Amino acid sequence: MRPGFTDPVQDGQSCFRAVLEALSRPGRIQTVASGLTPPAALAPATAAVLLTLVDAETPLHHDAGEEADAWLRFHCGCPMAAAGDAAFVLSMGQPPAFASLCHGTDEEPERGATLIIQVKALEEGRGWRLRGPGIEHEHRLHVEGLPEGFLADRASRRGLFPRGVDVVLCAEDRLAALPRTTLAEEG
Amino acid sequence: MSEELQARQRWMAVLAKASSDAIRARLNAAPALPAHTRLRGPETGLVMLRGRAGGDGNAFNLSEMTVTRCAVTLESGTVGHAYVAGRDRDQAELAAVLDAALQDEATRAPLLEAVIEPLAAAQAEARATEARKAAATRVQFFTMANMR
Repeated sequence: MRPGFTDPVQDGQSCFRAVLEALSRPGRIQTVASGLTPPAALAPATAAVLLTLVDAETPLHHDAGEEADAWLRFHCGCPMAAAGDAAFVLSMGQPPAFASLCHGTDEEPERGATLIIQVKALEEGRGWRLRGPGIEHEHRLHVEGLPEGFLADRASRRGLFPRGVDVVLCAEDRLAALPRTTLAEEG
Repeated sequence: MSEELQARQRWMAVLAKASSDAIRARLNAAPALPAHTRLRGPETGLVMLRGRAGGDGNAFNLSEMTVTRCAVTLESGTVGHAYVAGRDRDQAELAAVLDAALQDEATRAPLLEAVIEPLAAAQAEARATEARKAAATRVQFFTMANMR
C-alpha cells in the first residue's frame, strides 16, 4: 500500500485550487506539485485530484485496476458504484459513453458526474478549439490519448444544459478541464 | 472468529489502553521495531457513539468521542492500523507499528513477551487495585426482609 498526501490539509487545498483554476479557465493547463507516489496505474495529478475531491459521500467508478482500487478505497473511503450512479468517474483513456453517465436533474444540475480522464499528454497552443465562459476569444488544447469521436459524443449532450458532465483531463502532474459550458471543436 | 483475529483483538485492546509512555518504557527492553512509512495520520477526529435502548430498541446517537487513528506500512508490505481514544498521536502511531510487527510471525513472539504481556499484567493489576479500593467503601443496605 502506498501513502496518500503527506500533509492532507495543505496538499488538498493546493490541489483544489488547481482544479478550481482549471475549471474557471477551461483548457488552461495547471500543474499539481503533490509529491505523491501513487499506485503504478495512476499519474500523480490523477491521484491528487481523486484524493482531493472524492470522499465517503461521492460514489466512484473507475477502470484503473486492483492496486488502484485498494488504494482509493483506503485513502478516499469512497463507495464504488456503476458508471451511471457515480458522482466521479475515473477513466484510463477509454471513457464510457456520455449517455451512460449521471447528468443531474434540471432542479439539481450540480449532481451531474465529473469525468476524470488520464491521458498521455496535454499541450496548449494547438489541437482543439475551445470557446465559452472563461475564455476570452479562443483557446487551443492538444490532448493525446483520447479515442476518436470523444468531442462529438460530448457535443451530442449539449441540448441537455444545464444538465451535463464536467471533464477533467490529467497527464503526469498536469491537468486541464472542460466544464459542461465549454464548446470544443476538433482543430 | 479465527484464532488469529482473536489474538489481534487482544493485543490491540491492550495497546489501546496503554499510554505512549508505558509502551515506550516496554519497548526499551524489546527488539527494535522495523522501519515504517505512515499511510494515514496520526490524526485526531470525532467518532459518533451510537446506542440502542435495551439492546433491541431504535439506534440513537449517544455522544461523540475523540479518537486518534493511524495506519502504517512496513517494508515487508504489512499494514498496521490503530484507533485509540483521546488525542495521543504518539500512542496511535506506536500502536499501529506494533500491530504491523505483531502480524509478522518472526517478530510476534518476542514483542508479545516484552511489550504486550507486561502491559496486560499492569492493566489487570491497576484494575484489581481500583476494584479493591471501591469494595472497601461499599455500604451494605439491609431491608426488612433480610433483617428478620
